[in-house]
Amino acid sequence: MAGATERAGRALLAVGGLVRRAEVSADGRTLHQIGGREADSFYRDRWSYDKVVRSTHGVNCTGSCSWKVYVKDGIITWEQQQTDYPSVGADRPEYEPRGCPRGAAFSWYTYSPTRVRYPYARGVLIEMYREAKARLGGDPVAAWADIQADPVRRRRYQRARGKGGLVRVSWDEAQEIVAAAHVHTIGAYGPDRVAGFSPIPAMSMVSHATGARFLSLIGGSMLSFYDWYADLPVASPQMFGDQTDVPESGDWWDASYLVMWGSNVPVTRTPDAHWMAEARYRGQKVVVVSPDYADNVKFADEWLPAQPGTDGALAMAMGHVVLKEFFVDKVTPRFADYVSRYTDLPYLVALEPVDGGGYRPGKFVTAADLGETGAEAAFRPVLWDSATDAPVVPGGSLGDRFSEAGVGRWNLDLGDIVPRLSCAGGEGAEIALPRFDNDTPELMRRGVPTARVGGKLVTTVFDLMLAQYGVARPGLPGTWPSGYDDVDVPYTPAWQEPITGVPAAAVARIGREFADNAERSGGRSMILMGAGTNHWFHSDTTYRAMLTLTTLTGCQGVNGGGWAHYVGQEKCRPVTGWSHLAFGLDWARPPRQMIGTAFWYLHTDQWRYDQYGADVLTSPLAKGEFAGKHTADLLAKSARLGWMPSMPTFDRNPLDVADEALAAAPDNPAAHVAQELVDGRLGFACTDPDAPENWPRVLTVWRANLLGSSAKGNEYFLRHLLGTDASLRAEEAPPEKRPQDVVWHDEAPEGKLDLLLSLDFRMTSTTLFSDVVLPAATWYEKHDLNTTDMHPFIHAFTPAINPPWQTRTDFDAFHGIAKVFSDLAGPRLGVRQDLVAAPLLHDTPDAMATPGGVVRDWKTGEVPAVPGRTMGKFIVVERDYGAISAKMGALGPLLDRLGTTTKAVTVDVNRRSRFWAKSTAPSAVASPTAAPGWTPTSGPARPSWRCPAPPTAGWPPRASSSWNGAPANGWPIWPPSTRASRSGSPTASPGPSR
Amino acid sequence: MRVMAQMSMVMNLDKCIGCHTCSVTCKQAWTNRSGVEYVWFNNVESRPGQGYPRTYQNQDRWEGGWTRTRTGRLKPRAGGRIKKLFSIFANPKMPAMQDYYEPWTYDYEHLLTAPAGDDTPVARPKSLLTGKDTKVTWSANWDDSLAGGNEIAAGDPILQQMSEQVRQEYEKAFLFFLPRICEHCLNPSCAASCPSGAIYKRAEDGIVLVDQDRCRGWRMCVTGCPYKKIYFNHRTGKAEKCTFCFPRIEIGQPTICSETCVGRLRYLGLMLYDADAVGKAAAVKDEHALYEAQKSVFLDPHDPQVIAAARAADIPDDWITAAQRSPIWDLIMKYEVALPLHPEYRTMPMVWYIPPLSPVVDILRDTGHDGEDLDNLFGAVDALRIPVDYLAGLFTAGDPAPVTAVLQRLAAMRAYQRRINLGEERDESLAAAVGMTGTEMDDMYRLLAIAKYEERY
Repeated sequence: MAGATERAGRALLAVGGLVRRAEVSADGRTLHQIGGREADSFYRDRWSYDKVVRSTHGVNCTGSCSWKVYVKDGIITWEQQQTDYPSVGADRPEYEPRGCPRGAAFSWYTYSPTRVRYPYARGVLIEMYREAKARLGGDPVAAWADIQADPVRRRRYQRARGKGGLVRVSWDEAQEIVAAAHVHTIGAYGPDRVAGFSPIPAMSMVSHATGARFLSLIGGSMLSFYDWYADLPVASPQMFGDQTDVPESGDWWDASYLVMWGSNVPVTRTPDAHWMAEARYRGQKVVVVSPDYADNVKFADEWLPAQPGTDGALAMAMGHVVLKEFFVDKVTPRFADYVSRYTDLPYLVALEPVDGGGYRPGKFVTAADLGETGAEAAFRPVLWDSATDAPVVPGGSLGDRFSEAGVGRWNLDLGDIVPRLSCAGGEGAEIALPRFDNDTPELMRRGVPTARVGGKLVTTVFDLMLAQYGVARPGLPGTWPSGYDDVDVPYTPAWQEPITGVPAAAVARIGREFADNAERSGGRSMILMGAGTNHWFHSDTTYRAMLTLTTLTGCQGVNGGGWAHYVGQEKCRPVTGWSHLAFGLDWARPPRQMIGTAFWYLHTDQWRYDQYGADVLTSPLAKGEFAGKHTADLLAKSARLGWMPSMPTFDRNPLDVADEALAAAPDNPAAHVAQELVDGRLGFACTDPDAPENWPRVLTVWRANLLGSSAKGNEYFLRHLLGTDASLRAEEAPPEKRPQDVVWHDEAPEGKLDLLLSLDFRMTSTTLFSDVVLPAATWYEKHDLNTTDMHPFIHAFTPAINPPWQTRTDFDAFHGIAKVFSDLAGPRLGVRQDLVAAPLLHDTPDAMATPGGVVRDWKTGEVPAVPGRTMGKFIVVERDYGAISAKMGALGPLLDRLGTTTKAVTVDVNRRSRFWAKSTAPSAVASPTAAPGWTPTSGPARPSWRCPAPPTAGWPPRASSSWNGAPANGWPIWPPSTRASRSGSPTASPGPSR
Repeated sequence: MRVMAQMSMVMNLDKCIGCHTCSVTCKQAWTNRSGVEYVWFNNVESRPGQGYPRTYQNQDRWEGGWTRTRTGRLKPRAGGRIKKLFSIFANPKMPAMQDYYEPWTYDYEHLLTAPAGDDTPVARPKSLLTGKDTKVTWSANWDDSLAGGNEIAAGDPILQQMSEQVRQEYEKAFLFFLPRICEHCLNPSCAASCPSGAIYKRAEDGIVLVDQDRCRGWRMCVTGCPYKKIYFNHRTGKAEKCTFCFPRIEIGQPTICSETCVGRLRYLGLMLYDADAVGKAAAVKDEHALYEAQKSVFLDPHDPQVIAAARAADIPDDWITAAQRSPIWDLIMKYEVALPLHPEYRTMPMVWYIPPLSPVVDILRDTGHDGEDLDNLFGAVDALRIPVDYLAGLFTAGDPAPVTAVLQRLAAMRAYQRRINLGEERDESLAAAVGMTGTEMDDMYRLLAIAKYEERY
């Protein structure tokens, strides 16, 4: 039967072949169509388009990929990656095609139902506003003030936040409400009560800069974002004295040993992952540290499944192995030479006696200890020169950075100096070191060899490090591990096993291989890191344990070696031009910038619930400075001593403070302010964040989803900042756990914010809760710029279509708001003086404000209150509120006068600014100084890249003194709030230069 | 000998990062329209996993592909034409929508239009088929990254074949990705299954297409294709499938999935083959011999006799040149690192794969051996975390030998290049151990690692 069916089937097949317009194969199984393909025109039509536009995605993914956006009949259809990247060389893989499925789907947003197409406002608020305005003779500012003055109405619209009820309004009305709120707040409370949040400039720097420029010109507080990303930002400055700087992903190719540590590269670094996959074919060995079988484990030769949060223990055990086998058991010449040149390992540290006998590490020995005088002496550390067998002060330290005496010395040239790494041979001294691996911190007692310098008992950082890691040497006192298999004592491979779950043998082997590869390859061992290890308290210490591995093995600064760390798109490559544009530094300096972490902690009242004292996890050796302190106390102190910015700053309107100070002391208003603070007549707002006069009142969010994404502690935001429903379950701290220096109100305020404004192209958690939502252009509808640390290219946004419906670019939106603001503010606010409090800054002479790293507080009378020295700086800035719009659209005079300054390097930009003035059409906006201006149509992207920046022509700076001396007169600027102020000892940690 | 040309693809699974960019760019260009919301001409499957549609590889259930009769002939597994004719109105061997997944969207508009109320508006999931509220329970790659673990992976047809050997314990977990498009087979069972004769293979490049005018929506092709790479458009009532991006190929552009592959793992090229030899090769008795049988069908584009025959068959010179420069030829025939997907379906698929390496198991780590050392190299291959048997179940009808050979070549290449990387002496014995010369090692390394645009396509 089966045979018959088969025969019949074959016959049918043969007949079928006869009746078709096709060529059938001899066995009847394959047929080849000839002609008759018209029906496939469907797919040809589908694959057709009118134009292809180059653009990218303004999102903090670090990818920064260039895309082809296809347009047909005026509609964006789809996108694909560009493949025309410049070649990186004949023998290396290329960057093409960069992109991932997230980017490949972006065009969906343009026409999606989640698109914000028109301006919206909260219905209940808009009704109140219209009623008040009509009642008050059409005055928008009076109408806004009227609503804010009525607690009932104010609470009514605040309570409605996030519960639907958004209604369409016109752009004119939306801008008017927003402008009125700004004018009212500045007049009633002060410009620093206006805040702006927009993270990651690099992801669309023109959009960021436009809003930041508006807020900076009016004196508003721009909030940072980077310090809100756990403990990541501080590790690199602690280690290298500079902000996170890493190789581009193409450098993974150069590594011959790659440890992916807390970075799931295929998922989080999708467009770069191929470098890793491909480098394996060069024989790169790949190790993954990950608690789970993450996507990148597929590519690994070895998988170390460390328990979450235990990476520090793993790294310490590896460091133990590296120090023992490559520094003590034998000396690896390459490593010894590297750490002598590029690290502080040979530098001398004084030992201080401790109660109960023995010593603890104290401060660095400096030139001041050797009798050198001058302010910089305390910032010039000392090492022992084997060549002369004497202590010596090498160049390249902080003391050389900002002093006349240091000119020509701020480099790593050791000359004839031969640094001695260890005091080995000297008398052994027992030191106490803290350990935190048990429930309560305990002390370990270990020994270091010592010497006597400047009358002090000293040892080297290297000797201290061996003691810390538990690497024994003969003849030293103290308790040491018996070997790698000693489970009880830090930091052996066996010690880490119960903590991490990784077998001791594997840790020892990987540590050994890492160093061995570094030795054989000239430093091409790399640790590729991500955010996976940093969402823990004190994760900066975890980072430093990992960075110690790449530093000890001479990998930092080598192509294919060192730390390769990627979390966000922090690298705004044209940072100099961008920051001057963004913060209005061409018109006034300094701008107001605030650390976001502290701002939200205080103003969402999270501090009231925080029962985790500042002294938890204190070292047993600590001197008790944190004892009984609340984190809010430390914030108050950091504001008081000028370590951190603090916005809003004073418990009064800074416009009024300026008037008063200028009246009292026209020549030295700063001194007057300092005295008022000492006398207690003026206070810091952060010491009473719940007093209504200290609340932030207006918040603008753009390029961001603050609630639901950036906001940590969303429910606190909802209850205290916005005043709407919240599911807050935490309990407030009991009296004994409350701050000492911060005022406690019995009732925590709900609804501090008068206005939440957001600009977005889609509905997010933030737009849902906003009072006014403005429809933004997407990334395919505007000009902008985008850069990353993963590659060296600057990617341009170009509009594939014009902003559809009533959407506007951020550039147009903020310029529109500025215009209405200026019209309303001119007659009401006029020209005012504004007192700006600026913190002591890294990369400026301020870094030498705390000699010896000893903190002295003017409040307790230990030192006099000296602005710029023992406290922050107080600077009077003029605000011409009627001219904000005009200033936004024009280049101010300060660039010509003061140049541009980044990291204390000032560049004279006169030549370029003249070129720019000539090549730009005169601005349609009346410029106060007839300076060159730009209009929205002239392309907002132009100023940012035409403003001179170090990586382009005009570099190196002509004035050599600005490289190795104090910045030019005027206010140095700093990168967009990404810099962690260094507190404590600003001692030298010279790192290698890339 | 009848020379024909075939556009073909090789994917290097060892480089696949499972990012799904290929799927999304393909979807955006071809199938983001109604009727084909659930359709992914290109999809990426996590392995182990059930695939898309679920368990499609279980031909006992779906009866796709060809089966060899006792007389040595081939017939569609789902039955010959007579049987098809009788079941034409009720084909039970069709995946249901649930076997793919029910496409959905979210009620985004509600976020903007919600009236003032007591709650925060949310966007509920809505079925794209019914427009009603839905619960999202399955999707095109629900197997993603060990999600579901045993629960989902246990349904993997390949795992089921080898369940005795593989434990799905955490410690032994493994994962890799399998991107799939239409195989554009030399012996397509979809075409043989179509009652309307609407499916054809283009004479010049072998791309298999559905004639949208002639298709009558019988859906026998869906059953016939063992890879389940033909889909039914429920809006137009026609079958649709991957077109190998023929409108792009015709003007010299790579397929979208290839050009947008950010893992840079796809290779495109022309293969010449003997059309007269296909039927016999597809019908060899031993399933393990099918891999070699298909290779025997391919014609060496450098062979003067082949070139002459190709010219006689009116294949243009630039096509012959393209076949000579084809990375597909090198990967399949020269370096022998690419393998066909499920040769046992006997369709002579033309999208081939380089199987993935994976971490060595704990045995090696605990003994303190380095997997890259020559002594351990081949032992390491046998001890890889992804079981060789699993890969053999995909690529060689269960025969581990060809898979092992490929993995040994990849491992040897790494060891060989590592010495060069570190500035050490070349070790020719590493190349010789896998039957290659150092020069061949360098060439293969260049094609796999450097993989410039013009070398991939």
